[in-house]
Amino acid sequence: MKIKTTLMASTAALLVLSGAAFAASPMAGETLAADQTFTYQDIDESPSIDPGMVEDVSGSAVARNLFEGLMNQDADGNLIPGVATGYDISDDKMTYTFHLRDNAVWSNGDPVTAGDFVYAWRRAADPATASPYAWFVTDITGIKGAGAVGSGEATPDTLGVEAADDHTLVVHLERPVPFFAQTVTHATMFPVHQATVEAHGAEWTRPENIVGNGAYVLTEHVPQERMVMERNANYWNDGATIINKVVRLIINDETQAFTRWQAGELDLVGVPSGQYLALKEQYPAEIYSNPRLCTYYYNFNVRADGPAWAQDVRVRQALNLGFDRSVITEGILQAGQIPAYTFTPPTTAGFTVPVVEAAAMTQEERTAKAKALLEEAGYGADNPISLEVLYNTSEGHKSIAIAISQMWKENLGIEATINNMEWGTFLEARGAGQFEISRAGWCGDYNEASTFLDLYKSGSGYNDAGYNSAEVDALLAEAKTAEDPQPLYTQVETIAAADAPIIPIYFYTSVGARQATLKGWPDNNVENAWYARDLYKVE
Amino acid sequence: MFTYIARRLTVAVPTILILITISFVLMWSAPGSPFMGEKLPPPEVMANLEAKYGLDQPYWKQYVDYLTNVIFHFDFGPSFKFKDRTVNDIIAQGFPVTLTYGFWSFIVAVIFGVGLGVTAAIRHNTWLDYLAVGFAIGSQSIPNYVMAPILVLVFTLWLGWLPGGGWEGGTWDHIIMPVIALSTSYFASIARITRSSMLEVLNSGFIRTAKAKGLPMSRVIVKHALKPALLPVLSYLGPAFVGMVTGSVIIDQYFSTGGIGQFFVNSAFNRDYSTMMGITILVGSLTIIFNLLVDVLYAWIDPKIRY
Amino acid sequence: MYPDKTKMESLTEAVNIAEVKGRSLWSDARTRFMRNKAAVAGLLILTAILLFALFGSLFQAWTHEAIDWKLMGRVAQIGGPSIESGHYFGADELGRDLYARVVQGTGISIMVGVVGSLVAVVVGTLYGATAGFFGGRLDNIMMRTVDVLMSIPFMFVLILMLVIWGRSITMLFVGIGLISWLDMARIVRGQTLTIKNKEFVEAAIAVGVSPFTIILRHIVPNLLGIVVVYATLLIPGLIMAESFISFLGLGVQEPMTSLGALIQAGSKQMLYGAWWQIAFPLFFFLATLFAFTFVGDGLRDALDPKDR
Repeated sequence: MKIKTTLMASTAALLVLSGAAFAASPMAGETLAADQTFTYQDIDESPSIDPGMVEDVSGSAVARNLFEGLMNQDADGNLIPGVATGYDISDDKMTYTFHLRDNAVWSNGDPVTAGDFVYAWRRAADPATASPYAWFVTDITGIKGAGAVGSGEATPDTLGVEAADDHTLVVHLERPVPFFAQTVTHATMFPVHQATVEAHGAEWTRPENIVGNGAYVLTEHVPQERMVMERNANYWNDGATIINKVVRLIINDETQAFTRWQAGELDLVGVPSGQYLALKEQYPAEIYSNPRLCTYYYNFNVRADGPAWAQDVRVRQALNLGFDRSVITEGILQAGQIPAYTFTPPTTAGFTVPVVEAAAMTQEERTAKAKALLEEAGYGADNPISLEVLYNTSEGHKSIAIAISQMWKENLGIEATINNMEWGTFLEARGAGQFEISRAGWCGDYNEASTFLDLYKSGSGYNDAGYNSAEVDALLAEAKTAEDPQPLYTQVETIAAADAPIIPIYFYTSVGARQATLKGWPDNNVENAWYARDLYKVE
Repeated sequence: MFTYIARRLTVAVPTILILITISFVLMWSAPGSPFMGEKLPPPEVMANLEAKYGLDQPYWKQYVDYLTNVIFHFDFGPSFKFKDRTVNDIIAQGFPVTLTYGFWSFIVAVIFGVGLGVTAAIRHNTWLDYLAVGFAIGSQSIPNYVMAPILVLVFTLWLGWLPGGGWEGGTWDHIIMPVIALSTSYFASIARITRSSMLEVLNSGFIRTAKAKGLPMSRVIVKHALKPALLPVLSYLGPAFVGMVTGSVIIDQYFSTGGIGQFFVNSAFNRDYSTMMGITILVGSLTIIFNLLVDVLYAWIDPKIRY
Repeated sequence: MYPDKTKMESLTEAVNIAEVKGRSLWSDARTRFMRNKAAVAGLLILTAILLFALFGSLFQAWTHEAIDWKLMGRVAQIGGPSIESGHYFGADELGRDLYARVVQGTGISIMVGVVGSLVAVVVGTLYGATAGFFGGRLDNIMMRTVDVLMSIPFMFVLILMLVIWGRSITMLFVGIGLISWLDMARIVRGQTLTIKNKEFVEAAIAVGVSPFTIILRHIVPNLLGIVVVYATLLIPGLIMAESFISFLGLGVQEPMTSLGALIQAGSKQMLYGAWWQIAFPLFFFLATLFAFTFVGDGLRDALDPKDR
């Protein structure tokens, strides 16, 4: 125990020491460009950039530039100081004490205090705020009393977080959460300026009202068109910031966006689907593909009222084996995606992917096994299975659904139809279990396996397949309090791979095109957490 | 005339009410809720969200509340998707954009369409006639979502003359490409309407008289034939307006203008009920007003028309 | 002094022949139509396209949904039109045969246009004829209703309907047809007002024929001319409306496709070298629209006496 404490303390100390080694750091010999404006594209407008209300990836990116949390992530995803210079963990791992720096100020000059974090976290969990990400605070962080606050049984001031003084934040957890320190890098845990929120209500995020503590301030926002953020001179590390202005353009059509990137109007853009290889040949230095903490998969509907064939594990395995994932990753997507046979991505910190039989076989072997399994289950040419694959309207999903259903047809004689619904209808149908096979994607909220594996829990609201395994539930419960949960995680994956409630298809990569003059992009950060203050442009 | 206007306006009010009701009913029947994302909020939060926006009230109460707000306060309510904007904000920002490039598209389409139509009518049934009509139909038939990327390719990437999108308050270089893409939607119809009505006019008695009197053809057209021939174009303003708002969806998506068409379609998909209603009511009311204006204008120009 | 018998006979014959070969309005119209070169060209093109849509599938080497795995991922380089590979029109971005898909898409698009037009015609004609014939208060109410409905942005309502009740091809037909019956009703009512004052209608009323029989047996056939013209002119508009709906992702479901969906997919690929993916569907789309438009114009010029 004692050794552990020393280790913890020294880790915190190390973090403080390494404090200087982040933010934009040009290499020797690079000349900075005269115009340090970073222009990037998002496909759609975010519903909100209020940290307490942020619910999408692009909104989180904006929040990371306008606000700053206790800790930040460096280019490799490790924790580095943010508003806090470091933190201590108690022996029982249930109390975290964050030490805030004394030179952090809001864009209007007010100092950033621990009280701002207390206010923000209470606000995010408070049912009255109706934050779509309230569950992050109430379910994931494990803060004491968060669950009761979220369900309205207790008032927000009972949340287990307090400001010991203006620069010390103390957090009480109800159980040890190994990844807690990481959760504070998430936008929902950013501080919020109380006076501004109370003065302006829902409109406090408008450029004329907003007050933030990040490296940039919001100067212009035209919904569906553009957003402009400019350097915040009051930011404590402003000296290290190189980019002066960040412009975010909303361009719905990816082909259009790419054309504009080619014309030089944008620095960073997405790559139109299916064009990766061809464009990579054309722009070898600009097109990139980075590992990402997300999985693409299909759900079976294994509920009692689902299709009969889905109740038979042999049929599920057959479908799982009966198509060639490399057609998807190398034929359609072609951007370095990795075929998946289990759910949690290999890039997840600390996680070991279990060795699954299917992964080692050749596709001929897999198809043969699939056919055998189907026959064993009593299906075949005389008794074919017909099923429907449901996905939400998108070119990419459509291509994949077409390819997979065709492969099933040719390899296994399955009569597969595909059906797409627009997003809202799709979510409703999927959530209510009105499907046979449905498409899904899941990105980790933090860099630890439980963010994926919790979906296997029988009561999880995100367990769309309806998977119910007592063994898995028990293992997951044990992992929450275990010293080393990793072997338990691997065990869960092994069981799930055998039960096949889902068909993992591939692990995402983060693909994009950036101008060769843009430097500093965190290619190794699997959560794709980028900060504009770490970027810079060269001649 | 005034009785006519009064009559039309009295019909307008129940029309808008019916419009609101139909939109309401359709939207409530649609599956899905505005608060769904890939990660569904837990039931307590859903309940809170619904309470916050008044969605937990019985339908009739929501309906009455909404009507009161709209009629007495011109308040269309908060947007369910954009948490820091109201529908009024969205409309105030988006509608002028759509109106601007819609207006210019119509002007451009009228100038070219009328020109083409007159030419075709004068040279009726010759190759020039077929060519003109063919060109007009061709440009109207090429879908906007094909034309828009081509325009950007040519003008932004290859020539570098115009920015690839955005609005920035409506500077002229941002208006040009949307106008080109959208005007081709009206172009052919206006040309064909002009052509057929011009043909009719050219065959009428007073034109024959003018020609018999020895007036040159150009004077006959400009001074005598054009005005009556243009009347049907005027009555096309109504459907053209609706077409402008519908067609603006594609323009908005491709040129990132932040106009109203895009908000409407996205709000349908996001189940952003209040925005959908707001825009539907707006478009419906404006259609009614436009149609009335056009009919009044019609009567004012053509003394033979009496209501 | 007596007229030459043979001459008399031949004269009688000549008069008889002239009588038998009387000129009906329809043949007048047909002659006018045939004189209109554009309309005739349009008719020929339309026939060719219809034959293509109906029988083109006999020549296809691939089905419209089978994926050519050899081309997967390299379509822009090797997926172009070629006779040997069986991809006469080339392949789409997934490796499916474009020829088969264009055949199918053309069929679907034309069907949507025609069926939608039929819906508009049937509903609009009956409605307009009834309103026009009965006149008075019924007419007033019915036409005011039409005015009210016309102010509703139907495209928006259609989107809502497709979202609510799901996508099916029937919904598409019905929805698209319902957008256009209003105009038809108005036009038909106007024509009915003219027709109902004619003598043969008066006669029918005097004899005691029931109003609905009059409408169906006397009025509607006389409307046929203008209805046919308008219906033909509607079809291009409906095909374009369907392409817009496909653009929004609400059109026909995979693996079925329509010209609108094909063009939309092709427009995304045209910048990357696969020009065939947009060229062929767009060509058929434009040809179909042109053909219907010219035929419709020709019909209107031919059948509308005022234009002469």
